[in-house]
Amino acid sequence: MLDTLQAPTTTSSMLRVEGLKAYYQMNYFGVRREVRAVDDVSLTINRNEIYGIAGESSSGKSSLIKTIAGAITPPLRVVEGSVKFDFAGRELDVYADPQAMKAARWQNLSYIMQGSMNVLNPVRRVKHAFHDFAFKHMGLSPSAFRARVEKHLQRIGLDPHVLESFPHQLSGGMRQRLTIALATVCEPDFIIADEPTTALDVLVQQDVLALIKDIQQRMGASIIFVTHDMTVHAAIADRIGIVYAGRLVEEGPTLDVFRRPQHPYTAHLISSLPRIGDNKKRSALPGKPPNLADPPSGCRFHPRCPLAVDKCTNENPPLEARLTGRVACWRAGEVQTA
Amino acid sequence: MSALLELRNVNKDYRIGGFFDSSTLHAVKNVSFTLDDSKPEIFTIVGESGSGKTTTARMILGNETPTSGSLRFMGQSITAIRSRAGKLKFMSKAQPIFQNPFEAFNPLSTIDYFLFSTARRFLGLRDKAAIDAATDKALHHVGLSLAEVRGRYSHELSGGQLQRIAVARALIPEPKLIVADEPVSMVDASLRMSIVNLFRDLRDRLGVSIIYITHDLSTAYYISDRVIIMYKGDVVESGVAQEVLGNPQHAYSKALSQAVLPPDPEAARKIIMAKIA
Repeated sequence: MLDTLQAPTTTSSMLRVEGLKAYYQMNYFGVRREVRAVDDVSLTINRNEIYGIAGESSSGKSSLIKTIAGAITPPLRVVEGSVKFDFAGRELDVYADPQAMKAARWQNLSYIMQGSMNVLNPVRRVKHAFHDFAFKHMGLSPSAFRARVEKHLQRIGLDPHVLESFPHQLSGGMRQRLTIALATVCEPDFIIADEPTTALDVLVQQDVLALIKDIQQRMGASIIFVTHDMTVHAAIADRIGIVYAGRLVEEGPTLDVFRRPQHPYTAHLISSLPRIGDNKKRSALPGKPPNLADPPSGCRFHPRCPLAVDKCTNENPPLEARLTGRVACWRAGEVQTA
Repeated sequence: MSALLELRNVNKDYRIGGFFDSSTLHAVKNVSFTLDDSKPEIFTIVGESGSGKTTTARMILGNETPTSGSLRFMGQSITAIRSRAGKLKFMSKAQPIFQNPFEAFNPLSTIDYFLFSTARRFLGLRDKAAIDAATDKALHHVGLSLAEVRGRYSHELSGGQLQRIAVARALIPEPKLIVADEPVSMVDASLRMSIVNLFRDLRDRLGVSIIYITHDLSTAYYISDRVIIMYKGDVVESGVAQEVLGNPQHAYSKALSQAVLPPDPEAARKIIMAKIA
């Protein structure tokens, strides 16, 4: 079983994010306000890999994937850094070439949106959603397109009849499957997923995760997904990146991050997970998430950190290689895991 | 030993459909349980959406009348309360906490408005200092204080803080029973523990009984004393939480407990790979 846990051996990278800074810049009545939602993030995602981003609400994780997708609107702006994709040898710089980016959307790069209920138009049949999203990109005749969509739905475990139904006639699990079908019908190389299972009932969550994993394996695509639910990361991510207050604080292969977390925040996230068969008291993290318009000095986690020392309040720790991953902490590895 | 809350053969049916073509939906079927007055506990109702758990909660709070069966709170029938004074008295002893803290507070009013009006209405306080004192005391129970909350709007506070304030609001009339409907499902996983720990603390320190409604078996296991599992309106399993959830007997409870992903990569991955094969 362990072999499936290791990151894939192919090291060719699919996505390269370098020194990315994306801020919400507002200017109200002459008062400038800047929210540093993505602050100096660098990461690489390999071909055929599932990369999970974890972090609490308002940590900037959704802003990060929106910036990667090139789907940002003011006041969120990219201040510095670059996002580059490599689709089969063809390099694409998201913020340098809007024309190429437009062509790559859905064909090479697609998006599974959060809240499947809101993605599908409630007054139109499901088939129109497929037409709107994918028809133009596939360059097929209408009948060939329809045949392709039906075949794809069957592959995903949905009856092609759902194309004729309205969204409200389908269950939450079926709608989530449909949004996955929408995102994968063009067989993209790279898929971005925002909280793909959060709105789902517990009983269908595993099926949807299995579907995502299965599709990824069959198409050989890379996926980056965001959720605050660590058990979802445990289930499908090959590597995890932990985001705290707009910064990547730890990154590594899933198993290593769960077994030997190096950053105190990661250690807390993992040790606070309740398990069936164990009801001993678990501690909650003190304090509240930092305000990104006015983040704490030094390491942004230091006001809530049990290991904080003077250095942490003054100096920002760099993200450095450690063991099998990277970590940004002055006291990396000193954390005790329960 | 007297009963704090007693449900006996409670049923709730809804008619669906039009005038000519209607059918009956049995939302809650024959639910019976008793909470003891002298022994505060966390009583959990588990089930997926559509299992009737929220309808049960609404009946306990008197928001919904049962089709048949009796609900008694501190010896008095909930459905028989008619007068405004009687309703106020009942509501001050049984308080709700709702699912989404962002929607529970009006975004255009300051948070303290809700706390003060609760104190005025249920404690009958008129004096500003007394209202402040009662609010501050309730906020202290959840680890906050009036000074931190006064004059703030809901968008200025985090989800975890808002949910704590929602709990504090429920505590102002010094209730005997709190009905919490999915109180952590909208809260981040990392803040979930602080809310759940708070419930434990309220039970132990203030002697408040809590009806905790959830679909999340792992937090249910973590805090509950007793649990019932509902499926399509029926109670399919009930008993001591650790026994029921640790060793489920009914097919539905087994499915539910298997649906919980273990917080361990190796075990979780095995489940997902088995589903693909």
